[in-house]
Amino acid sequence: MSETIISTQGLLKSYSGKPALRGLNLAVPRGSICGFLGRNGAGKTTTLKLLLGMLRPDGGEIRLFGETVKSEASSIAARQRLAFISEDKELYPYMTVGQTIRFTRAFFPTWRRDLEEKFLELFRLPREKAVPKLSRGMRTQLMLLLAMARGSELLMMDEPTSGLDPAMTEDILQALADLAVSDETTVFFSSHQLMEVEQICDRVCLIDEGQSVIQGVLDDLKAQYRRILLVFDAAPPLALAGLPGIDHLRQRGRTASILAHNNVDAVVESARALGAISTEVRPVTLKELFLDHVRGE
Amino acid sequence: MNLRINFSSGVPIYLQLIEQIKHAVDTGAVREGEQLPTIRKVAEELAMNPNTVARAYRELERDGVIEVRHGLGAYVAEPRASSAKSIEIRKAGAVLRPAIEKGVALGLSESELRRVFEDELSRLVNDAIAARRRT
Repeated sequence: MSETIISTQGLLKSYSGKPALRGLNLAVPRGSICGFLGRNGAGKTTTLKLLLGMLRPDGGEIRLFGETVKSEASSIAARQRLAFISEDKELYPYMTVGQTIRFTRAFFPTWRRDLEEKFLELFRLPREKAVPKLSRGMRTQLMLLLAMARGSELLMMDEPTSGLDPAMTEDILQALADLAVSDETTVFFSSHQLMEVEQICDRVCLIDEGQSVIQGVLDDLKAQYRRILLVFDAAPPLALAGLPGIDHLRQRGRTASILAHNNVDAVVESARALGAISTEVRPVTLKELFLDHVRGE
Repeated sequence: MNLRINFSSGVPIYLQLIEQIKHAVDTGAVREGEQLPTIRKVAEELAMNPNTVARAYRELERDGVIEVRHGLGAYVAEPRASSAKSIEIRKAGAVLRPAIEKGVALGLSESELRRVFEDELSRLVNDAIAARRRT
């Protein structure tokens, strides 16, 4: 788990003067499944394109598999070890499932027949079915098969399960769990489906306005952050906002809702000292972390 | 062993796994020497992250609840210090059962019973905290 597969330092990218990434720092260790979160326009797709060498950064550094990606040659070397599944999931329309697999297999000397068979069976994909007749879920599954049977060490995906029904999504998540166990494959995918991210990811990275705002092991984040609900006799005192350890504070009437990390007990004690008549500490869901950090004040 | 994880409860998932496996051991649902499902099996069945399952197993091993035999899998360890506790838990169940049956006879639903239990429990806990603060 120590080797860092994806790493960016101070990544910068602007589109005609408009900044998309403002110094993005990212670190994804080998064998982890990392969910890449953020609002539309936060910079997720730009980041994926930079990692794939489809765009060049204006500044900062990208390292893949521990090697700096600077030149076209180093980018190609990295791309040989990774696979990408885009959101639109384009496939050749005039082929069947079996033909698509045979066609793709020919490009990759490291093709894994065992993985091909395993995924065909797991996804119950019929070889003879024509690509245009595949459902959206089956297209995703076929692309996952093509990406993984190449023997990729890193799988990147842009919203892999958008538009899939819950049963299909569960099949995809199961396949990802399987990949992470068997081959230590590292998975990095953007998603708006916070529930599936909570289910399958051990790490998350949340970006907003081109910068990372939360990053780390999801269970550790859940252990650190707490929602503190306070009730006062009158309007909450202004001093509340100045307490150390508070990430966000929202007040409504006589109540205050605080998102805090690390310093939770001290915050509760201080709130009592400031006259809180009721205090309640609750765990925080990924959705709350997301909303509190990307909505601003 | 029936593992049920609430992925969006905000409670760390590895802690939920630890609690449920400890509970299964304490109640005798899995016994000393019996094999636990492999990390792969748990991860695949629940479609969850294998690193998270591995973390729960590591902590359970450290706490002496399970024993990991390399290449063979994880087994419930020899009775730990809390084997006395597992007897106490079964005793407590026997004490609570008539109370629960009475509640059912009074027409309370499962969720109402749960709420009564949790209210009483949190009252006890709050009293204990208040008592500690007074001293």
